[in-house]
Amino acid sequence: MTARSTSSRSTSARSTRGFRRSGLRPLRQRTPLGWLQLRHEPGRLIVAIAGIAFADVLMFTQLGFMASVYDANTRFHHALDADIVLISPKAQNLQNLSTFPRRRLLQARDVPGVSDAEGLYVSTLTWKNPDTRFDATVQMFGFDPDARVFTIPAVMAQQNLLKQPDTVLFDRGARGPYQATIAALEQGRTLSTESERRTLQIAGLYALGASFGSDGTLMASDQTFLRQFQKRQAGSLSLGLVRLNHGADTELVAERMRRHLPNDVRVFTKAGYVAFEQAYWTRTSPVGVIFGMGTVMAFVVGVVIVYQVLSADVASHLAEYATFRAMGFRNRYLLLVVFEQAMVLASLGFVPGFVLPIGIYALASKATFLPIAMTVVRAVNVFLLTVLMCVASGAIATRRLQAADPAELF
Amino acid sequence: MAAAIAIEGLEHHFGSGAMRKRVLCNIHLQVQPGEIVLLTGPSGSGKTTLLTLIGALRHGECGSLRVLGRELIGASDRELTLARREHGYIFQAHNLHRSLTARQNVGMALEVQGDLDPHEIDRRSCAMLAEVGLAEQLNSFPDQLSGGQKQRVAVARALVHRPPLVLADEPTAALDSQSGRDVVSQMQRLARDQRCTILLVTHDNRILDIADRILDMEDGQLQEASLLPDALKPPTD
Repeated sequence: MTARSTSSRSTSARSTRGFRRSGLRPLRQRTPLGWLQLRHEPGRLIVAIAGIAFADVLMFTQLGFMASVYDANTRFHHALDADIVLISPKAQNLQNLSTFPRRRLLQARDVPGVSDAEGLYVSTLTWKNPDTRFDATVQMFGFDPDARVFTIPAVMAQQNLLKQPDTVLFDRGARGPYQATIAALEQGRTLSTESERRTLQIAGLYALGASFGSDGTLMASDQTFLRQFQKRQAGSLSLGLVRLNHGADTELVAERMRRHLPNDVRVFTKAGYVAFEQAYWTRTSPVGVIFGMGTVMAFVVGVVIVYQVLSADVASHLAEYATFRAMGFRNRYLLLVVFEQAMVLASLGFVPGFVLPIGIYALASKATFLPIAMTVVRAVNVFLLTVLMCVASGAIATRRLQAADPAELF
Repeated sequence: MAAAIAIEGLEHHFGSGAMRKRVLCNIHLQVQPGEIVLLTGPSGSGKTTLLTLIGALRHGECGSLRVLGRELIGASDRELTLARREHGYIFQAHNLHRSLTARQNVGMALEVQGDLDPHEIDRRSCAMLAEVGLAEQLNSFPDQLSGGQKQRVAVARALVHRPPLVLADEPTAALDSQSGRDVVSQMQRLARDQRCTILLVTHDNRILDIADRILDMEDGQLQEASLLPDALKPPTD
């Protein structure tokens, strides 16, 4: 700070002196003691920053994976070309959909506001990986190749190919050793492979991506699907996809449909169906709990590290703090110093704690084909957790301040 | 003129129950403004306890203890804290904050007053350090200063806010004879300039000559030791 700037500031400070006497001193006038103390011991400062960054990286990783579970498991749902979705009341998630009578779909068409409705068959298939000839599990979707079912451009462009019997499209985002398969398909070749004693032709590629529930997906015609799964009946649908007339109120039509249809089918808006799937992964499956626990553990580790640093700092400054108390500083002032340190550490530690996970996300999404990326909301949440972590540590560390007794100084 | 320190029938105990031990016994003391009073006596005689009571660093129990017109017996924590802001302290150890430079350390004594802007605090701190001969060491950290220099920074910190009362506990104990002499002379000169009262606990025979009055403490009892001839001189010489 230059002499000139301070002198101009002191003029305005003088004019507000009466205001300051009432006890409201602007913070910038205070010597930033906490920061000066931290800066004076770079070793301790670096340990603290590294510890906070470590906790932040762990939290970002856990929360990132947690979010990717939800994102990955709802990419299918987002890709549906539908306004309203029908499922069985027994459905739990995309891997356990159960079935409902196709008649309900026809009944749904009668509801005012509905434009058209399509059925979708979903099942899990064990096939031989064309690359390795080992068994692998994929999810197969069967639908009318003339209908609009998905908004995925590559599917819309190639679904005519599915009219040939036993022909499928393959998900280039599938997890597993499919590199040679994808390379061959990209060159326009058609591959064949075996699945539960039938031979399937792979005619093309599209991108949907792996989820935690399935390693990959196949698109097939309803006819191919029903031939593949002999026990499935044409009259039992996994999903019903309803499109509405332009300008129709989705909530209103969905409510009408719920009243119109018997209770052997559930009616969701598309957003409601996405939320339904997410709720499954949040509550029913342990995935959310595991990553939640991981986040809590990272938080606790952070609290312990920051507490160690702050309490060591308080302990090594006890005589100085006691001196300040003897000079007339209040205990509150010393609390402020510790919390100032906590805030400085939180801010400094968050910088590497934010940058490193961006790289980790890139590596992880490459390795797992799960969509993991930094989001503003998550960054804000982790920063708030970091502040909370440091303030909690500071609050514990301030208990040591009671040892700063000025009467022991003389 | 009211006395700077007026003590009547002050008693103090440490411990409780069977372990309760009397450390101060029926103390009576009057110190006039501008007086330099030395307090001597064997260790364990209670001088430091008396100093911390006068300095509002601990709660007093019974009797009367008026410092700068403020009764400290029965005072609340907040009142004690406010009382401390009117005193200057010099400790046996310099007790400077090692993360702060000399000028920042001195400035803290002004910052606690709460009514000065940073520019004025810095100006006064630097002027005070120049007065104790440390104009060249304004930006030095305590680690970079000698023992005598550190104690001079501590003196500057104790006097920069012009306290009417300065309390010192063996300020020369950790210093060699020349530095000790320098520190005490500076205290004496600055105190005379600022007309403040000084109460100084010491074992150091070399500095007895600065006193107007010497008190002797033994087993919690206070006695007037002697009256120095130069105490009769006007304090403005």
